[in-house]
Amino acid sequence: MAAMYGVYHGSNGLKHIARRVHNATLILAEGLKRAGHTLQHDLFFDTLKIQCGCAVKEVFDRAGQRQINFRIYSDDTIGVSLDETVTERDLDDLLWIFGCESSSELVAESMGEETRGILSTAFKRTSKFLTHQVFNSYHSETNIVRYMKRLENKDISLVHSMIPLGSCTMKLNSSSELTPITWKEFANIHPFVPLDQAQGYQQLFRELERDLCEITGYDKISFQPNSGAQGEYAGLTAIKAYLNAKGERHRNVCLIPKSAHGTNPASAHMTGMKIQPVEVDKNGNIDIAHLKAMVDKHKDNLAAIMITYPSTNGVFEEDISDVCDLIHKHGGQVYLDGANMNAQVGLCRPGDYGSDVSHLNLHKTFCIPHGGGGPGMGPIGVKNHLMPYLPTHPVVALQLDKDACPLGTISAAPWGSSAILPISWAYIKMMGGKGLKHASEIAILNANYMAKRLEKHYKVLFRGARGYVAHEFILDARPFKKTANVEAVDVAKRLQDYGFHAPTMSWPVAGTLMIEPTESEDKAELDRFCDAMINIRQEIAEIEEGRMDSRVNPLKMSPHTLTCIMSPKWDRPYSREVAAFPLPFVKPESKFWPTIARIDDIYGDQHLVCTCPPMEVYESPFSEQKRASS
Amino acid sequence: MSRFPEDLRYSEEHEWVRGGNGNTVRIGITDFAAEALGDIVYVSLPTVGEEIAAGDSCGELESTKSVSELYAPVAGMVTAVNDALADAPETVNTDPYGDGWLFEVEVADLAGLEALLDAEAYAELTA
Repeated sequence: MAAMYGVYHGSNGLKHIARRVHNATLILAEGLKRAGHTLQHDLFFDTLKIQCGCAVKEVFDRAGQRQINFRIYSDDTIGVSLDETVTERDLDDLLWIFGCESSSELVAESMGEETRGILSTAFKRTSKFLTHQVFNSYHSETNIVRYMKRLENKDISLVHSMIPLGSCTMKLNSSSELTPITWKEFANIHPFVPLDQAQGYQQLFRELERDLCEITGYDKISFQPNSGAQGEYAGLTAIKAYLNAKGERHRNVCLIPKSAHGTNPASAHMTGMKIQPVEVDKNGNIDIAHLKAMVDKHKDNLAAIMITYPSTNGVFEEDISDVCDLIHKHGGQVYLDGANMNAQVGLCRPGDYGSDVSHLNLHKTFCIPHGGGGPGMGPIGVKNHLMPYLPTHPVVALQLDKDACPLGTISAAPWGSSAILPISWAYIKMMGGKGLKHASEIAILNANYMAKRLEKHYKVLFRGARGYVAHEFILDARPFKKTANVEAVDVAKRLQDYGFHAPTMSWPVAGTLMIEPTESEDKAELDRFCDAMINIRQEIAEIEEGRMDSRVNPLKMSPHTLTCIMSPKWDRPYSREVAAFPLPFVKPESKFWPTIARIDDIYGDQHLVCTCPPMEVYESPFSEQKRASS
Repeated sequence: MSRFPEDLRYSEEHEWVRGGNGNTVRIGITDFAAEALGDIVYVSLPTVGEEIAAGDSCGELESTKSVSELYAPVAGMVTAVNDALADAPETVNTDPYGDGWLFEVEVADLAGLEALLDAEAYAELTA
């Protein structure tokens, strides 16, 4: 959204917007001074800090009549900030509220040319910005929608086919969940408004908190963290604050299994804990013997363990309760990474089997769209004993217990990206208890169905003690390197030719593919994906058996773009049809064409370049200028 | 096939340790690890003078597939790092036991090496 704002307005547009905002602020400042108020600063852009020349209460009463909120600082000064949505009418209202007798028009007329604000100071920007062609091409609605559509067409998304990204949970984000967040009642409210003006949101927070507590078995939720990683940081900081308050400041060791999400050690490091890795056994489970040895070794300083359940290897580890008990017995706390909560909702609760705190990826399990860089929501749930240490906020007073000693503030807004919470609220309310449980069951069933269909063709790397996978599973592509010179990346790229997004690649095990179908896909779609994978396995077999070249084959040359297929020169040992239409379900009318052929990963990783081309690259060969000069 | 020179000691984290130079040992990753990681594009090594404990994370290897932690196989002080890898990280793939070495550590006593695997035991681990 921010990028398109820049693309649409360009540098001239942004300058115009900024000048407009600044001018409005200059007019307001002048009016305030005339009305007898004092500004704290002579130089400003869009924000004024005002010492009132009259009673502050008087100003606030008048502001209330015009339905305008101000920021009030602790020293009774008032903060006012303007933006480009402020109209002349708003300015007149502001002047009236502060007791200025003139209108904004009259104030402006009397100001004259000499009041140029920032533009007459050394802070005026003189350098060029947004010089790339992309910020100088799409300034009409006609052009910007075409540009955005063109970008959209390059993306394979859930509107085309399933996105089987293991651990990412690319489930349906339904229209009925998403539509309400565009309503002005949800969308156009500032996170710092007085709470009596946001009672609907307050009710939503309370109801969502109650539902999430019931789902997880925790006693309290903090909605402040904006992402899973921020939730991890908040949760671990709460653990640290709790241990410190108990007089156990020395406890600073955090155990983390090697299969953990990379954010786990990063978060633990940020909270100042010392990370100790725990081994994973051949079946993908925590190596209990090693865990016991590590707990014993660090028992005096053990602060916490961070574990994921079901594990990142896609297995419900049967020892989970024992692991939690072991940590507690040695004075540590359990941080259960909620990344895989979508396999537990309605079936089991972290609060019941021994966890003390978790984050919930509302943008995965609870339907907030993700994958485009957010915003996400990673609220944390805690047991009673951690409740006093949850985050607070310096501007909006959160309701805290009298014995609270909060860990501090971890994001700018008191309830994080609250504008997207209605999505999760709507999902839970529309699904109901039965529906949520059913969703978890289907997610697990779907994964097991696919694992069963694919196990004859690929090795399923890890399974639970009873032979089942959780809601996701890992296929091992490593053997093909020796037998066919094929790696996981070749399979991933080839899937594009079949119209699918690749599964998660080389995580948590290098050289493998992790598949998570979610409950949102029906059997026909699961079968289509399995058919693609099985057909790719046959393509690999052709290489293994020497019937296909090991360097030039449909896998190594994938993905196949339209340009490649249309090329008059075709000297490959397989047909164009095999390349672009490898199975009957890949049809011309619905074919998703990859826009870019195989790229050189090594070169790309080592040669970071700025892709700003010179302007003449975009000129038409038939432009007037060119013709004149040639 | 991966090969494991007889004169080296090995860690379960797929690193090799070469003694034979007083108390200074040289450390790298095995052929097996290099192959599993794929094309290495960036190497982050510990700093010279840093004290490391066995099992500590002390650097990172980034391949086109993933980023993997580097764990210290022995305790001691880092005395040298292979600066040539900054410009040619692919050396770890092409010559893991030679020019693709990672760093050197001065150990307090060489007994720590005994706890590591010999070539035969390591071959079994990776079988």
